[in-house]
Formats: sequence, structure tokens, C-alpha cells
Amino acid sequence: MNEAASKDKRRKLVDATMRRYGHSQYALIETLHSVQEVYGFLDDENLKYVSDALRVPLSKIYGVATFYHFFTLKPQGDHTAVLCTGTACYIKGVPAILSAIRNNFSVEAGETREDGKLSLLTARCIGSCGLSPAIVLDGEIAGQITPEIVVDRIGRMIQNDA
Amino acid sequence: MTPEEFKKIGETHQKKREAFKYNINVCTAAACVSLQSEKVKDELASQVKEQGKKESCRISGTGCLGLCASGPLVTINNGQALYGGVKPGDAADIVKSIDKKPVKRLEIPADMPFFARQTKIALEHCGNTDPEVLGDYLALEGYEALYNCLTTMQPVEVIDTMVKSGLRGRGGGGYPVGLKWSTVHKAVGTKKFVICNADEGDPGAFMDRSMLESDPHSIVEGMAIAGYAVGATHGYVYIRGEYPLAIKRLKAAIKQAERQGFLGKNICGTPFSFDVEIRLGAGAFVCGEETALIASIEGKRGTPRPRPPYPAQYGLWGFPTLINNVETFANISPIVRKGADYYASIGTERSKGTKVFALAGSINNTGLIEVPMGITLREIVFEIGGGIIGGKKFKAVQTGGPSGGCIPDEYLDMKVDYESLAQVGSIMGSGGMIVMDETSCMVDVAKYFMDFCRSESCGKCAPCRVGTAQMYNLLNLISEGKATMHDMELLEELCDVVRNTSLCGLGQTAANPVLSTIRFFRDEYLAHIKDKKCPAGVCVIEHKEEAVL
Ligand SMILES: Cc1cc2nc3c(=O)[nH]c(=O)nc-3n(C[C@H](O)[C@H](O)[C@H](O)COP(=O)(O)O)c2cc1C
Ligand code: SF4
Ligand code: SF4
Ligand code: FES
Ligand code: FES
Repeated sequence: MNEAASKDKRRKLVDATMRRYGHSQYALIETLHSVQEVYGFLDDENLKYVSDALRVPLSKIYGVATFYHFFTLKPQGDHTAVLCTGTACYIKGVPAILSAIRNNFSVEAGETREDGKLSLLTARCIGSCGLSPAIVLDGEIAGQITPEIVVDRIGRMIQNDA
Repeated sequence: MTPEEFKKIGETHQKKREAFKYNINVCTAAACVSLQSEKVKDELASQVKEQGKKESCRISGTGCLGLCASGPLVTINNGQALYGGVKPGDAADIVKSIDKKPVKRLEIPADMPFFARQTKIALEHCGNTDPEVLGDYLALEGYEALYNCLTTMQPVEVIDTMVKSGLRGRGGGGYPVGLKWSTVHKAVGTKKFVICNADEGDPGAFMDRSMLESDPHSIVEGMAIAGYAVGATHGYVYIRGEYPLAIKRLKAAIKQAERQGFLGKNICGTPFSFDVEIRLGAGAFVCGEETALIASIEGKRGTPRPRPPYPAQYGLWGFPTLINNVETFANISPIVRKGADYYASIGTERSKGTKVFALAGSINNTGLIEVPMGITLREIVFEIGGGIIGGKKFKAVQTGGPSGGCIPDEYLDMKVDYESLAQVGSIMGSGGMIVMDETSCMVDVAKYFMDFCRSESCGKCAPCRVGTAQMYNLLNLISEGKATMHDMELLEELCDVVRNTSLCGLGQTAANPVLSTIRFFRDEYLAHIKDKKCPAGVCVIEHKEEAVL
């Protein structure tokens, strides 16, 4: 499949969401969910597209997109680590784990490393409190982590595709 | 559908289950899935085939069994044997021993206090039905309550049942359910809505998510009953976007219910019509607040507005709207089936029934529990919870998340109900319960929650927007050993101002974690300020070299 065609296909998924809600302005958040799901983040081009399709001013769309933590306006790195900072994890040593990741991989929470290899995100309770402290590495949950374990796992994760 | 036809549906499904001598259930709720319980399930299925036991063994996925910390869990015939920490490689032994003695190395005693001390009503199906199979739900009297309401009760009678049961909202506020339903019922509007609040914002709570993953039909049924009672035809579930498994199961449940005629037009052949739609939250704690949640469903930024008017009068798109929490809805069908009197016979004078808690932190049996109101904290922590990890010393239990407080050991024998918790400066909250041991610093915990409130404040009103940031800065100074007693006074004053002048619950309760820790752990604050020490050794305090005299 060439690039234009795949772009088309993704657009269609976004269109389907808007159609399901009759292109109502109320569908804005659902539509943004859909854009983020198929494109990975909310890019300018798509926001403009949604703005036209739903007849919602771009300024309002930015207002909504930046209000909700779930939405991201920047592309994610090749790999993602989502560290749980919920209460159960916090009291079991997340601050030390967070600084170990920051120091070892030079990436700040909520940001993507300059070389685009790693995004570090935080979440409030990923529902695995029984395994706290917990982290999600490329979609897989790792529980009962220590700074050493995490540094090792992330190191291997980003080296894999070198 | 006639009553006979309806009864038959359930019986057929029940027979299907009973046709197997051994029902092997594998927990497929989030915590166990993260420990690869799906692989365990697959392996069990292939072992059953390999060992030629397909006639006698049925393998199903099931909802959360509660003891999440010991996952993945597997049970045989609902507790005849209970296995924990099961790996795919254990499947062969489990199937081999099915008609013999249980596998010792995996066994968890089913009569341990963790299970024996609980009373399951909202969680009645969690762990004994496959959340993805409607038949399983029907076999356990599913949708019977809805059917009976529609065919034998007037809406006011349903509301009356809720009033008599004494059920109060489980989302945190504890507002009487019967009263709220009655208000929406009486409100005038050409349309009415029912909303299920599944935004679950407390960072460290997972009750609502577990219930949706484990027994989605009970929430759908509860909403439909509520719709009938208040006169609504349309329902929304506002659910956190971060809960993919819960979303998937709820979606499937809605589809199945529509296909079987438990949702949609003319439900069960009666004039009542009701449908349910899902709306995804997008990670803003304040959207759990009802007016903000409504704004969010309308596609806007989720900022609260002043009440009154309450959503019961003026809610979604201006129409009368009933909004209740997931656990509240999970209680509805059991109350209709078992009777208001039964429900009201459990609990204390003003807090009836049971409460689900997500028990976590420094405790051995982390997991999901349901206990009768009026149980003591000591029973929860030391009997059900199995005590503190590593035999450390108990320090406090935190309830109510960022709106609640820390309760010290002198109140361990206090009864858990709305009033008692409020008396000690905490709240029931939605059910997060975090146990802390001597290695937790109370100043640090207060700072943690204030950091949360500061970043979740929607910014609409100044006291909360500016106040939470200021309080955070002061707590930070204290934790770094750089504060004076004057800062402490300022902090206490700020707590008062923010509490009394904020627009919504977020700001009004943001000071609770600070106030409760100051109240019970003042010494710890003073140690940071006067002695420049963190007694628990959590806060990093830089000591300037003292001049040597
Ligand atoms: C900041 C804030 C966050 C809230 N978060 C939730 C939540 O996550 N889930 C919930 O059910 N209620 C939450 N509430 C309470 C709701 O506003 C509302 O009272 C509740 O959903 C009503 O349902 P109930 O009567 O069944 O408890 C929150 C309130 C505030 C002020
Ligand atoms: S300064 Fe005021 S208007 Fe601007 S973002 Fe903050 S709260 Fe909103
Ligand atoms: S109290 Fe805080 S969260 Fe609530 S409306 Fe005001 S600024 Fe927003
Ligand atoms: S607090 Fe981290 S998984 Fe719940
Ligand atoms: S998720 Fe499996 S026991 Fe709770």
C-alpha cells in the first residue's frame, strides 16, 4: 500500500466516527479520540480537517485538545514507557524510579527523547496496584519494579532495534 | 415475552453450565491479564483437550476474584479449589489433578479471612461469570430485576424500593439514591437522561474499572432500571479512555443486550425503550465532577459550573439528568431481586449495605474487596488485608484519595461508614484505600496529593487555581526543611480559604489531605520545620554545614 492510500484509509476511520455522530459539534472529543487512535497524535493537518468537518473553530479545538491529558499534540517516540504515579505506586518508591529513568535515558516525564527513540509518560493508576510499583513498556505491564530493573528493561527495549 | 419464557432463558443457560462437572475459571480482569492470565487460559484449554477431559471440563474467563496481588488466579467450581500465581506451565498439573487432590504448590485456602469476611452484593458476579458471555449473566438471574420492574412495578415503586434500601451514592458524595431518582422523576422535561459516571479519577482506585471488566451487564441493567424509574430513554456511560479492557467489555455487553432485547425499543416486549451509549473521558480528574462531566459529553472542555441548578433539573443539553456512579448502578439489580429490606439489614444506622474498596499500598492482600458498612478499619487491614507487608508497623490508612485524609492507628477500631470517616477528617470517597507503613512520610503524602490537585485544577476559579499551587509550594518548602513556623500558619490559613471559596468539590476538598495529616501527624511537620529532619527518611533535606564553634 502506498502512503497516500494508507493516509486515505486512516482518514476514513476518522470520517466514520464523525458520521456516526451526524457531524455534530458534540462529537468533537470522540473525533479527537479517533484521530489519536489512528494517527498516534493530534497533528495540525488533522485538527484543521476536523475543524472544517465539524464547523468548530480551530481555537476551540486547541482549547479542548490541551485541556485533556489523554490527548497529545506531538508524535510519540519509537518506544514508550508509561510510569504509574498513582498513590499505591508512589508510596512504594516511584520517585526514585522516575529519577533513575530521567538520569539514565535523558528524558523528562511527558516528553520524547531528542533522537525520537523513547517517550516517557506518566499515568495515574494503571489498575495494577497489586503489582505496584508498575510501568507499561511498549504496551506490556511490568510490576514490582525497582530502579535497577527498569533501567535494564528500558535499555534493552530501545537497543533492540538498533 | 411472558414470565415463563423469561425464566426459561435463564434455566437453559444454567443447565448448560451444569452439564460440566468442572467449571474452571481463569481471572481475565486487568491485573491478572497483565500477569498473562490469557496464556494460562489458553494452555488450560489445550491441556483439557490433550488429556481427553473435554466432556467434563469447561474453561471460561471470569472477572476479578479480588486477590489481585496473587494473580493470575484460577478457581475450580467457584472455590472448590483456588490457585494463585499460576503460570502457563502449571496448566498440565491443574487439569491432571482435577478429580484428585488439588495442586498443593499453587493452592490458596478458600476459607482465608480475605474471602470469609466479605459480603458480596455489588460484586456478586465478579469471579463466577464470564463477563463476555451474556448467557452466564442470565444463568445467575441476570436481567430478572429489570424484567420484574417493567412488568410488575410502577416507576414510583422502583424509586420507593431504593428509598427503603437506604442506598447512598457510591461515587463519593453519598447522596441518597432514592431521593435523587425521585427528583429526576418529578422534574419536567421533554427528554431525560441517565449517566453512569465511570471516570474514576482517584489515583489509586480501581473499583469501577474492575466492576466494568468483571460484570458489565449488571451496570447496563442498573442503568435501564434507573431509566425506567426516572422516565429516561437514553443513557450514557462516561468512561476513562485509559481503560481499554473495560471499554471493550462494556461495548460487547451493550451489543449483546441490544440483540436480546434488554436494551433498545420495547424492552422485553413492554412499552419501555432505553439505549446506552459510551463516551470516552480523556484524562481530566475534574471531569468526574458531574457538571464538568456533562460539559465533556457535550464535547466541551470539562469545567464545572455553579450548582444549582443541579443536573437533576438542568443536566445534559439542559434536560433533567440522573447521574450515578458505577458501583451505585451495580447495586440496583441485587436490591430489586433481594429486596430493600435485605439490603437495609446490612450496615449501620445511616450507611446501609456494603461498600467496595480497592485495597492497596503496604498491605499483603492487595485487591478488590466488598465489606458491610460498619466493619472496622482493623478488620479490613489486618484480617481481610492480611496485615502490613514485611511485618512493618502500620502508620495510616488513606481513604478518599485527593479529597480524603489519612487515618492513624488510634482510630483503627472505628466503624467504617460515611459519618465516622467524616468525623476524623477523611471521607468515604469512591473506595480507594491505601495502607501506609512507617516508611511513608505524611508531609510527603500531603505534598503528593496537593501536586495532584494543583495539576488537575481546571483553573476556572482563583482560590483553587492559585491556592493549590501556593499550598504545594509551602508543602515543598516544609519537605525540604526550608520552612518556618510562619509558613505552617500560612498553610493552615490557605486550607481554610480554598475550602470555603472554591467553586467545585475539587477545590473544596483539596485541603483535606493536608488538614488531616496536620491534625494527626503534627509532630512530623514540626520535625521537618524545626529539626530539619524527615522522621521517615523520605524527604531529601540538604543540611548546610553548621559553623563549628
Ligand atoms: C473533583 C471531583 C471528582 C469526582 N470524580 C468522580 C468519579 O471519578 N466518579 C464518580 O462516580 N463520582 C465522582 N465525583 C462525584 C460526582 O460529581 C457525582 O456526585 C457522582 O457521580 C454522583 O453519583 P453517586 O450519587 O452515585 O455517587 C467527583 C466529584 C468531584 C467534585
Ligand atoms: S491564566 Fe487564566 S485564562 Fe490563562 S490559562 Fe490560566 S486560568 Fe486560564
Ligand atoms: S474548584 Fe478548582 S477544579 Fe473546581 S471549578 Fe474551581 S478551579 Fe476548577
Ligand atoms: S497506583 Fe499504580 S497501578 Fe494503581
Ligand atoms: S484481576 Fe484477577 S483477581 Fe483481581
